[in-house]
Amino acid sequence: MSTLTQVGEIVLMNLRSIPQRAGASTVIVVGIAGVVAVLVAMLSMSAGLERTLSATGSMDRAVVLRGGSNGELSSFLDRASSTLIEQDPSIARNGDGLPIASRELIVITEVPRKGQQNGTNVTLRGVEPMGFTLRSELRVIQGRRPRPGIRELIVGHSAQKQFDGLDIGARLQFRGSDWYIVGVFSTNGDAHESELWADAEAVQSAFQRTGYSSVLAQLTSRDAFDAMRARLSADPTLTVDVEREQDYFSKQSRTLTSLITWLAGIITVIMGFGALFGALNTMYSAVSSRTAEIGTLRALGFGALPVVASVMAEALILAGAGGLLGAVLAYALFNGYSVSTLGSNFTQVAFDFAVTPALVLLGLASALFIGFLGGLLPALRAARLPVTEALRGA
Amino acid sequence: MKYFQLIWTALFRKKLRTLFTLLSLSAAFLLIGLLQAVTSLFAGSVDFLGADRLIVQARTSFTQSLPMRMLPQIEMLPGISRVNHSQFFGGQFQDSRQPFPQFVVNPQRLFDTYPEWVIDKDQRANFISTQDGAIVGRLLAERFGWKVGDIVPLNSFIWLKADGSRVWEWRVVGIFDGKNQEWKDRTQLMYLNYGQFEEARPLRAKGLAGVFVVRLKHPEDSQRVSDMIDAKFENSVDETKTQNEQEFQLGFIKQFGDIGFMMNLISAAVIFTILILTGYTMSQAVRERIPELAVLKCLGFTDNLVLWLVLAEALLLCAIGAGIGMGLSTMLTTALPAEFPPLRTDGRVWLFAATTVVGLALAVGLPPALRAKRLKIVDALAGR
Repeated sequence: MSTLTQVGEIVLMNLRSIPQRAGASTVIVVGIAGVVAVLVAMLSMSAGLERTLSATGSMDRAVVLRGGSNGELSSFLDRASSTLIEQDPSIARNGDGLPIASRELIVITEVPRKGQQNGTNVTLRGVEPMGFTLRSELRVIQGRRPRPGIRELIVGHSAQKQFDGLDIGARLQFRGSDWYIVGVFSTNGDAHESELWADAEAVQSAFQRTGYSSVLAQLTSRDAFDAMRARLSADPTLTVDVEREQDYFSKQSRTLTSLITWLAGIITVIMGFGALFGALNTMYSAVSSRTAEIGTLRALGFGALPVVASVMAEALILAGAGGLLGAVLAYALFNGYSVSTLGSNFTQVAFDFAVTPALVLLGLASALFIGFLGGLLPALRAARLPVTEALRGA
Repeated sequence: MKYFQLIWTALFRKKLRTLFTLLSLSAAFLLIGLLQAVTSLFAGSVDFLGADRLIVQARTSFTQSLPMRMLPQIEMLPGISRVNHSQFFGGQFQDSRQPFPQFVVNPQRLFDTYPEWVIDKDQRANFISTQDGAIVGRLLAERFGWKVGDIVPLNSFIWLKADGSRVWEWRVVGIFDGKNQEWKDRTQLMYLNYGQFEEARPLRAKGLAGVFVVRLKHPEDSQRVSDMIDAKFENSVDETKTQNEQEFQLGFIKQFGDIGFMMNLISAAVIFTILILTGYTMSQAVRERIPELAVLKCLGFTDNLVLWLVLAEALLLCAIGAGIGMGLSTMLTTALPAEFPPLRTDGRVWLFAATTVVGLALAVGLPPALRAKRLKIVDALAGR
């Protein structure tokens, strides 16, 4: 028999006998499933957050903030400069010749999470009527838009799911003023869905603000951006930062996602070590229970390589099964699970866990890596067993 | 205790297997120690905060500043001994990767509302009299190597000066410490004098105080006084929400989402995994020793004694593994450099680990122990 046929035969034979070692095999499967489930679950959290934030905004819209502010929250543009910004020739105009731009003001309000008493920070965004038409992805899925100048709110779809008391007709109180919820909007699951929106001037009057936080503008074309940035930065009457809307939002997710990735890495490595020793135990005991069998095979003329291959195959298959189980568990328990955490503007951003195919593959790869390490030493021991001793091992 | 040698020998009968199991257990408990230390940080770190202090914030959000004119209105209420105002400054020193909090306060009132901070008498007087003065917590000063007399430029991402610049220069006039270990650990912040802050702000921002810190005459008045403050400003433009300091900090932490829940979920996954791993080892160990256990019974060991021997072996295994893991975790958290959050593998974490060890030992030890107890000598010796 060629070595290859030998390998095939012996691997199959070994795999068929796995059910006889069910107890030991469970250890490796469960151990690795645990590691993979935790790894995939944690990374799916940062994948979900990244998906939400990088889906926010478009490349052919620009955000203008006060120079040096690291987000909308700390940005302030007074009425004069925001009007000046809107007149930039790179900004598209509608049929009436008005710039397609929205001056927006954000303030932080507190709304409790579902099932909690204490409020968490939620963004209240005042937008101009143009802000609704400007964002082509925005759909009003329930109710209607707030009317200009009136204290009415439209709430994001995720915000409505995450926070308490945001149903149509409900009343919220901010700074001694009453606000009624008149609608629910969706923006394809991006970060704006965690916000409450109202008319900009109504927000200005209730919160006694005179200016705006940002100006969002539709560019005449994608390429018009550089000219607009150069012009606004060079204008001596303005101190502003100009960014493409999408770039602005993806930058905001970086700190948090890298933190989660780090944490997931540390936890996985420690858990991986635990599972590795479990795998070693299992495979050593699998080898020792097969001692007589291995001795017999060697006596019959099977080489050392097929024996190594059979042990490795067992380890890899069990590890693979564990990895798959873990990934499936993570998918079943967490995919689409909605949470919210503190985002860039010091307010809540809601997102769904996203178990992506890439994460499942990563989980499987780590499972096989642990299986490989856990199988290697026992496989070598099996191959080195002296035939005579092994035959007596029964 | 006289059976210790017997248990010990039984445990290390198969050295390699026990070693691997111990390593698995150590890894698991290292992780449990670290995860629970994080949970402790989020849940327990505010336990010691004074119940005799209230924080008054704008009802809409603590990021909305309340106006300064409210200070005397609050201070005249009965049951209140002193009020300070505190504004989050949001400054960055050099690169933004090492953030630390700074608060703009009235220096005189700071020491009245926070008697827990300890500072030299002259430095205290200098902070009160220096318009652009700042005092720095001891840990923070050590981290950046600041001394009294240094000028610290802070780039505020919130506050502009009237001339449009964001860089504020603060003169370090003192270094403060905590009165006990818990407060010493918290000296990672900086207080700035309201004088320069108010003078240099643009007109539209003048007169804003931030939040108010209220020191009560009697801690048990806490609920009554907070209700009174909120009622006083009800239906005004500046409605308030008053909480005691601990609730305020907890609310702040909860903004990050339910971190404790995530940590406990991962801990549960780890414990379950380790349960299966160790359970297998124990049942294997007992199965191999059935003839030996029968011999013990022949020698007069009672059924119950054999049960206890196996259980004690499981407990010893789990305890050694957990001891190593928790030891590592304690070493790691103590060795953490000062710029990390003050993680501690504290008493609560050790208690959690101890409970887990006992539960784990029972779960993995009881089935094989019962099996050992029920062994019939004849069958066991015959290998049936």
